[in-house]
Amino acid sequence: MIEAEALEKRYGGFIAVDKISFKVKEGEVFGFLGPNGAGKTTTMKMIQCVSPKDFGKLEVFGMDVSTDQRKIKGLLGVMPQENNLDPDFSVYQNLLIYSRYFNIPQRKAENIIEELLDFVMLNEKKDTLTTLLSGGMKRRLLLARALLNNPRLLVLDEPTVGMDPQARHLIWDKVKKLRSQGNTIVLSTHYLEEAQRLCDRLVIMDNGKILVEGKPLELIKEYIGTEIVEAENNPAALSCLEKTSSKFEVVGDTIHVYTDEPQRVMNALLKECDFGKVIVRRATLEDVFLKFTGRKMRD
Amino acid sequence: MSYLSLPELTRSLWKVWFRNKDVFMKTFMVNFIPSFIQPLLYLFAFGFGVGNSIDLMDGVSYIRFIAPALIAVGIMEASFFECTFASYVRMYYQKTFEAIIATPLSIEEVIAGELLWGATKSVVNTIIMLPIFAFFGIIDFPSSLLLIPFSFLAGLLFAAIGMCFTAISPSIDTLNYPTFLFITPMFLFSGTFFSLSLMPDAIRYFALAALPLTHVVIIIRSLTLTRLDPFLYISFVWIIIATLIFFVLSINLMKKRLIV
Repeated sequence: MIEAEALEKRYGGFIAVDKISFKVKEGEVFGFLGPNGAGKTTTMKMIQCVSPKDFGKLEVFGMDVSTDQRKIKGLLGVMPQENNLDPDFSVYQNLLIYSRYFNIPQRKAENIIEELLDFVMLNEKKDTLTTLLSGGMKRRLLLARALLNNPRLLVLDEPTVGMDPQARHLIWDKVKKLRSQGNTIVLSTHYLEEAQRLCDRLVIMDNGKILVEGKPLELIKEYIGTEIVEAENNPAALSCLEKTSSKFEVVGDTIHVYTDEPQRVMNALLKECDFGKVIVRRATLEDVFLKFTGRKMRD
Repeated sequence: MSYLSLPELTRSLWKVWFRNKDVFMKTFMVNFIPSFIQPLLYLFAFGFGVGNSIDLMDGVSYIRFIAPALIAVGIMEASFFECTFASYVRMYYQKTFEAIIATPLSIEEVIAGELLWGATKSVVNTIIMLPIFAFFGIIDFPSSLLLIPFSFLAGLLFAAIGMCFTAISPSIDTLNYPTFLFITPMFLFSGTFFSLSLMPDAIRYFALAALPLTHVVIIIRSLTLTRLDPFLYISFVWIIIATLIFFVLSINLMKKRLIV
């Protein structure tokens, strides 16, 4: 579906995407993760053929993004990060006018729109101006708009940004449904829970580079372990831990001990090291993410 | 990328035109009223106010002298404001262009569609004004009917010039500069409300060389007075060449701004 090799994008002297390579296969959900400014959106924009690449190779559906933009864009569905619905039109008109850009005949478009409005549960709002929709409804309408041309590849840039939990779960359900129908989906997100739930494979990016690539659960297992024991940070506990062979990391005023046997580690720590408060939790993609991208603030 | 490289355009650009037309039709009455009221105000203020103290201007009554200028100003303002403030809102605030270029349309086609729409606004403006002037009997027919197709060409010129400013304007507020430094002087010094022959040579040559409205007024006045101006053909060629240059330039400037 998508093949990138040594793909590079610069803005003046700044390297936004630094020689990355990846492949997206048919039928999978592929995620781009990374802090702000990591190069996720830039990469997605190159895939969408709206931002030209500078160096390297990027093919979508086996076509070059520099020469076959029109064909590629006709087969893509794009849900942008920022709302760009047409405020001058109602929900229904938004979809109808957008369908013209894909050369969908009006009669056919009307049928598709009915189906899509049902799919995103906006049929009751079809005559409402988009400016009067809630944030979650706008995102759902953007998803419906991205599906108008029955795309072979769906590109979702931060699909649930700024949504409440109910709306977010609804979008997740829709994405899962689309995936089960065999759609190929590329998404970028800041929400690691979202990535863990939805993505078959993902890459973590930072400073324009891909740091790691894999399946969410395998990444967690490989780099963190299945569980994390968290304990309060104090010098006695630290020196005690250093005598054991545990894998651990100090994060501010807590110590993270990575393990596959939380019960044994916790008991040992409580008995031998005199820890005050100890919490055991499952390792998540967030732990992998922070391990690779560090804890420094970005903006 | 050169500023004058020729854009690749397909018929798809009309879809952008249709989108704008659909918005326009939703609020047609609101759009209709200013085009209708403005020429009436000018006619009363200048025609009866100033006109009563002026015998003849260039050999015709003052009201017949300014009628073509009012049509020309209407053409200029309709497309210039459409492709500056209105296009800026669509580009920057509504992200309409961004939404459209995610489809098979290219940015070149989006801008070309905007320009053609701007020109259409000028035609609509002229169609609304013609009956008013006909009612007062101050323009000649049938020659004035040629103003309808001519409005599209002249409108396209001002649309393209406006779009160039939109492409380089850092914010919507800075679009006030071309309005006051370009549109207002043209409104006054393009042979609109007084004959260019009354002006010092320097201003007259400047108006002929650099103010597009001068040429638009020359052509429109020739049509409404059924009187051939010696400059008529030169003005027509001037407008065609300037339109082509600004059409291509505005598309390239917008591409430079939006495709990074």
